Amino acid sequence: MDKNQNNIVLKTENLSIGYINRKKKTVVAKDINLNLKEKNLITVLGKNGIGKSTFLRTIAKVQNALSGSIFINQKSLEDYSNKDISTLLSLVLTERLPESQLTVFELVALGRQPYTNWIDKLSDNDVEKIKIALKQTEIEHLQHKFFYELSDGQLQRVLIARALAQDTAIIILDEPTAHLDLHHTLKIFALLKKLVKETSKTIIISTHQVNLALQFSDTVVLFKDNKIISGSVEDLNSTNALEDLFPDTIIKYEAKLKQFVIKPN
Amino acid sequence: MISKNYTAHFILLSVLLVILFFVNVSLGSVSIPIKDIFSTLIGGAPSKESWEIIILNFRLPKAITAILVGSGLSICGLLMQTLFRNPLAGPFVLGISSGASLGVAILILGSSFLGGVLISPTLSNWSLPIAASLGAFLVLTAVIIAANRVRNIMSILIIGLMFGSLTSALISVLAYFSQAEQIQQYLFWSFGSLGNLSWSEISVFAFIYFIGILGSLTIIKPLNSFLLGENYAKSLGINIKRNRNIILLITSILAGVITAFSGPIAFVGIAVPHIAKLLFTTSNHKILIPAVAILGGIILLICDAIAQLPTSEFTLPINAITSLFGAPVVIWLLIRKKKIFI
Repeated sequence: MDKNQNNIVLKTENLSIGYINRKKKTVVAKDINLNLKEKNLITVLGKNGIGKSTFLRTIAKVQNALSGSIFINQKSLEDYSNKDISTLLSLVLTERLPESQLTVFELVALGRQPYTNWIDKLSDNDVEKIKIALKQTEIEHLQHKFFYELSDGQLQRVLIARALAQDTAIIILDEPTAHLDLHHTLKIFALLKKLVKETSKTIIISTHQVNLALQFSDTVVLFKDNKIISGSVEDLNSTNALEDLFPDTIIKYEAKLKQFVIKPN
Repeated sequence: MISKNYTAHFILLSVLLVILFFVNVSLGSVSIPIKDIFSTLIGGAPSKESWEIIILNFRLPKAITAILVGSGLSICGLLMQTLFRNPLAGPFVLGISSGASLGVAILILGSSFLGGVLISPTLSNWSLPIAASLGAFLVLTAVIIAANRVRNIMSILIIGLMFGSLTSALISVLAYFSQAEQIQQYLFWSFGSLGNLSWSEISVFAFIYFIGILGSLTIIKPLNSFLLGENYAKSLGINIKRNRNIILLITSILAGVITAFSGPIAFVGIAVPHIAKLLFTTSNHKILIPAVAILGGIILLICDAIAQLPTSEFTLPINAITSLFGAPVVIWLLIRKKKIFI
């Protein structure tokens, strides 16, 4: 693992995540100690309910950590105001958008809110940033459509464009390929990879597309029952860390292929 | 946000508003020639002195009230629909009209068993609005305190509805023990009325109204971010709790003062935002806030004109007209477009 702290964009120390309801505390995952490098495509893998989304929501300050600390660019997340966070980190969530008559352009333009004045007027610079985001995600031809007219694949690109327009060093996406077919799933992965390369952003996603993630990621974060580890696929292979990601009844990991395969009977 | 150009829409609607304003002033049980109406409005003297009194002290205040009430309620409805992400939300979902009704009910109905403490056979002009404001303020305070203890925005909606039910139940109990005359008096208030406001009442009304309107202009940006849901809004640096409270406060100031002066006027607040969204096909609040304000004024002026049954002696209750006239319009619009938006 790289010991150089300068390129670490996100660091967690003894982080414990979960929910507090009245007096009851539900710990979803604990002892999370990660050092994530900047300008990487980072995928968070693990089975359903193990805390991937909770983790992403916690590092995005959408919900609070139960204990431990999170550092972004060597500064504690708690020391950032919501306003600071909005220019540092943008989100693509799984939740459905409320039904409104926003056009694609307007939706992407909302990403500029951290920079606009009190009445939300777009400057020339804002419009420029929006146009670049539309171009990078190849959705310029959709910009005058209402967002509810789009297919799931198109909408996902619009949401990514909105995050790009927000002009943050980090973009966090919660299961960006959840409703997509194989073709569109691949296109999203290829897009994210391209964005990391071209814009030198750090992109963190959670996904169930394990095999694709292993091919596309620079860094993989594994959420397992007993521990949470991270590293490149090669690092993880060398310690056989991927073997027990899933119960070994049906699928097994082939280190040579960097793929999970169905177990032969 | 950049939006299409709506200048033509706004010019057309503004002209319509002005025309309807004059039509409204020219209608009534006494027919007054247009020429005399104009000369009175620009400060001249009409052919008959009584006409001047009719126009300046009755019709003009009523038309102004109609615009204030219509635009104010429509803005409240828009704010509530965006905040609760619910197309059925209206200005009274927070229980404000129930609170106002309770205040008035206690004043009118409660006098019998409060041992005549509150009795004043001829209620002064100010006692009704003051009772309504106190009631609305009381219920609203309870709702806002409760709202800050729950995380889910839908819970606030339900809490508002529950407070509404509670106050209605209290009013029923009061009504059960009241005299027929008092019940009738209360019923007349609940029909709503745009008339009977003196100029001093209107100036208080307009002053509070403008505070609410100015407030609504300052929250255009958070309202637009709410279109993406609260998590996205938060990630854009919007302070959710503070803006939620500002929205609740503006709505209660506007809906409270309107109910206090003209009774609980139904329908306008829910329907006008939908009509505006259909006409303007946008969700941008920079466009929608002025649009619902003008449309609200237009629609209440029309309803008031219908309520007067031109040249007849009677005036129908405005509350009945808004629903009778408006509900079919909205049903028709929705069937045509087949899709509704928050």
